[in-house]
Amino acid sequence: MIETARYAYYPGCCSKASAKEYTATTRLVCKALGIELEESPDWICCGASSAHSIDRILGIALPAHELLYAGRMKLDLVASCALCFSRLKIAAAELKDDDVRKRVGEVLGQEIPGNPDYRVMHILQVLEKHLDRIHLEKPLKGLSVACYYGCLLGRPKEVAFDDAENPQVMDRVVAALGGEPVEWGFKAECCGGSHVFTRPDIVSKLSHRLLYQAKQAGADCLAVVCPVCHSNLDAMQKSIGKEYKEEVDLPAFYITQLVGLAAGLPPRKLMFEKLFVDPMRLLRAKGLA
Amino acid sequence: MARVGVFICHCGTNISGAVDVARVVEAAQKMPMVVIASDNKYTCSEPGQASIRQAIVSNKLNRVVIAACSPRMHEPTFRKAVSAAGLNPYLLEIANIREQCSWVHSHDREKATAKAIELVKMAVAKVIRHEPLYPREVPVTKRALVIGGGITGIQAALDIANAGHEVVLLEQEPSIGGRMAQLDKTFPTLDCSACILTPKMVDVANHPKIRLLTYAEIKEVRGFVGNFKVEITQKARKVDYSKCTGCGTCWQKCPEKTPSEFDLGLGKRPSIYIPFAQAVPTKPVIDTDSCRYIKYRQWLAAGEQGKKPPECRICEKICPTGSIAWDQEPQTITEEFGAIVVATGFQVYDHRHYEEYGGGAYPDVISGMQLERLMNASGPTGGEIVRPSDGTHPKTVAFVCCVGSRDQAKGRTYCSKVCCMYTAKHAIMLKEHDPDVQCYIFYIDVRTGGKDYEEFYLRTLDDAGAIYIKGRPSKIYRDGKKMIVLGEDALMGRPIELAADLVVLATGMEPRTGADKLAQKLNISYNTYHFLVEAHPKLRPVETQTDGIFVAGACVGPRDIPESVAQGSAAAAKVAGLFSSDTLVTDPITSVVNRERCTGCLLCVAICPYKAIDCETTRDTRVVAVVNESLCKGCGLCVGACRPKAIDLRGFTSQQILEEVNSLWS
Amino acid sequence: MISAQNTIRPRPHTTYRSFVEAHIRQSIAQCYQCGKCTAGCPVAYTMELTPRRVIRALQLGLENELENSSTMWICLSCLTCSARCPREINIAGVMEALRLATIGKKPTPDQKKFRLFHDLFIMSFQFSGRAYELGLGMAYNVMSGQFLNMASIIPGMLRRGKLAFLPHKSRGSETQHIFQRLEGQNKAMNQAEAGTK
Repeated sequence: MIETARYAYYPGCCSKASAKEYTATTRLVCKALGIELEESPDWICCGASSAHSIDRILGIALPAHELLYAGRMKLDLVASCALCFSRLKIAAAELKDDDVRKRVGEVLGQEIPGNPDYRVMHILQVLEKHLDRIHLEKPLKGLSVACYYGCLLGRPKEVAFDDAENPQVMDRVVAALGGEPVEWGFKAECCGGSHVFTRPDIVSKLSHRLLYQAKQAGADCLAVVCPVCHSNLDAMQKSIGKEYKEEVDLPAFYITQLVGLAAGLPPRKLMFEKLFVDPMRLLRAKGLA
Repeated sequence: MARVGVFICHCGTNISGAVDVARVVEAAQKMPMVVIASDNKYTCSEPGQASIRQAIVSNKLNRVVIAACSPRMHEPTFRKAVSAAGLNPYLLEIANIREQCSWVHSHDREKATAKAIELVKMAVAKVIRHEPLYPREVPVTKRALVIGGGITGIQAALDIANAGHEVVLLEQEPSIGGRMAQLDKTFPTLDCSACILTPKMVDVANHPKIRLLTYAEIKEVRGFVGNFKVEITQKARKVDYSKCTGCGTCWQKCPEKTPSEFDLGLGKRPSIYIPFAQAVPTKPVIDTDSCRYIKYRQWLAAGEQGKKPPECRICEKICPTGSIAWDQEPQTITEEFGAIVVATGFQVYDHRHYEEYGGGAYPDVISGMQLERLMNASGPTGGEIVRPSDGTHPKTVAFVCCVGSRDQAKGRTYCSKVCCMYTAKHAIMLKEHDPDVQCYIFYIDVRTGGKDYEEFYLRTLDDAGAIYIKGRPSKIYRDGKKMIVLGEDALMGRPIELAADLVVLATGMEPRTGADKLAQKLNISYNTYHFLVEAHPKLRPVETQTDGIFVAGACVGPRDIPESVAQGSAAAAKVAGLFSSDTLVTDPITSVVNRERCTGCLLCVAICPYKAIDCETTRDTRVVAVVNESLCKGCGLCVGACRPKAIDLRGFTSQQILEEVNSLWS
Repeated sequence: MISAQNTIRPRPHTTYRSFVEAHIRQSIAQCYQCGKCTAGCPVAYTMELTPRRVIRALQLGLENELENSSTMWICLSCLTCSARCPREINIAGVMEALRLATIGKKPTPDQKKFRLFHDLFIMSFQFSGRAYELGLGMAYNVMSGQFLNMASIIPGMLRRGKLAFLPHKSRGSETQHIFQRLEGQNKAMNQAEAGTK
């Protein structure tokens, strides 16, 4: 009998719409691994890339709201979205400053205790920590995976948990699943992020570069840990391909979908149908579906 | 009864500009035991010194206080002057009223004068308690140890030996030659590196006064200037050099091949090997990490677990002189020396730390030193410049300067000095090898300080047509067969993407791994990068704070070949100077232990930075501390640390210091 | 008076620069202009003032050029520049400071759409507590005039149930209170500042 691990869980706004499958599979996989996720009933948006661009204190106060919840629960706080993770962890670091803590406390309408130690983790860290709990039903044998971390897991170094240039956590997770992480140089290069609204041309250019490089490195698919990156690399893939006049066809999984697949969870629960780039042909070819 | 003379210096206007010297003289005349107080425009000048000598004689002075600049400046001068008048030179005390008074209080004449008077008062109180001190003489062993067999050490060894003294030249690798042996050509003359180096290596091997100890390391250093005792570990070569003739049969026949350190992994070498063809000595060693038979023996010793390695022994079978010595073990040799020259040199910065440049994973991203091996006719490709990945000839070559230099984020803030020049050399050489090559050089600043260096750099523009791009690249990645360098052309202010066939990283210099450990054994200082620290960066560039130990070449900081050679010679001159007399005079300002008071806690032994304190057992079997006066520098740390107050410092006794302090209240 | 517009007249000590330096808790003087930030910036290709030149403009006090550029809004906050800077300057933090410095000022035509996006994004959760993607997208497209933005993926999003038709609400109305209290705090601080002057 494995011991239950408990974490406070921050799903993030995309969980209710564009990244439904990420949240659902995160919960599913964690349940299968005996990891309990406690979601705050009144969580609010972390402010994403907007709040800190408009007002410094707002950019800290919004994530701090969630930090206080985790603090009350006395639990480590886990986010599945890389952007939420980054905002939460940066806020936790900023709260060490007395003046900031005072101002944020005022804005939140509650006093924030001094010397706070809010531990924020990304779901990747949780998965790696409990790797030994994964019972491999269906090892991802022969599946070449380009692990894409995005900008924010290895930067800035004050909040990073992996190397800024050549991060390894996800590669280790994929390898533990029996898959084959490919070596490539664009694990932590930007996909264009939220510019998909304001400057879609930038997203096309940057995401195309990622897809092209992953393909060149021999990847069958991508593994992703951020809803924004995912939407750029998956939902936008077809239009990017059109723009650059080349068929990319590179399924982009959330890492939790791959963990679920290897752990033998029922495929229909892994919500592969939510992906724009259909992965079923690939999975069948590899004997995984 | 003490008779004190006080001499106050104006130092031009350096002191008198801020201090009212006349009032200091007046105050000094009223101080206890002061017989005479006078002033002088420049006390250090010959007339100034003469007036002191005169005053000593005519006033029968037996103590002297000079209020002037820092004792670091002129204490030796004034000691000589006092001595010339027949007084013990240690009956002198200097009150520093320049650096510690007039210079720092130039804005407040009143307070500066008051402070000068108090400083003089303290000096008078102290000098009354001075005792005559006498320097000691110790013999000098006229034999030098040079650590490091690169060009610096070779030069130092040859110069010392040519001055008529015995030298042991110690090298940790199987051959002398160092980094210079790996270079193809040298800037700015494009001399063949080996052609100018190897004759010197042979000179070393043939010199009757030089003994070579290769494949050896320093184990322990004890003693002091003129009298060092050094334990050296001779690593096991597994070859009996008394029998080996260096015929070369073994290394030609050895079936095991392993990446060559000398060729930086671009080529292979056998397990029994000499590092390169012109190695000195031309006798091989067996690399115990890769040798098949050694592995077999380890397998036997480990109880035959795992796969059985082949029981090769081919070298042993074919050696015509029976020199293979499987049972040879490391040996410790103890030698005595009067002086040590440290010339351990540098190693090339490991560019695997630059993950943004591929972290060493791309075969076609190489270091400048690797390019040297590719260009060299005796290198792994026989001088063909080809891409390590596929053996094709590169046509577009990108150079990236300052890799591991000027980079605080990588923990290397210093400029490595040689990279701008060797990159220029590479661009010129590549064009000479293949006129179709186009070189692009990414730089931050081009630094060409040195004779004929700027002219040489201009050749990269005039003759080689290299394109310099101002801007440090941020990323290197592979696209098909090309390597893409992402940079900025800072002069245009626009990003630049360059598709190159080969990328050469101009990696910087860093001290050899273990330079810090060696420095600790030698009791000399090193900086945060582990470069050794010289006694004074300008005026004592090859000396250290430990007498008798000298430093030279790239172990002190980035140096090119001419500078390293000059420093090797400079260190040799210092050694020859030291060896020019049979005995050495030691400073008598040392600690002294009161054996009755010492409780034998030996905290002083641990705290002494010069390893100058030892312990011994008294007749009544008590353990007490004992100071080696030749090693003691008089720093006083032990005095502060001694709980029973058993240690005192001659010339700065606790009583003297107390008198100084008390004088301020009287 | 004839003035050559291209001629730089350095003003190294400006309150603008002090604001930026206070924000990143570093001195801009540290930068030795190596260009590694621009070299690695994924969007430098589309900036009229690249990151290195932004720092240079700060060093020289070219405030107008900075205020009129849209570099800080094109910046993706991917932090590549900060992570690779050999002088360890937080360049992305500089961009953040420059964005904050524009708040309350009239945006230039180029800055407009970025400001609009961020304003709409914040509005999308200010009342409900959680960001509302569909509403944000539609509002942005209408107000920016980029009507067909992302049109290619909207049907697919709908088909896959990846767009919620209504905003998802957090329990309680905490964000509204946060914004009110923040406004109060900022007002009080501005008054206190005006009082000291």
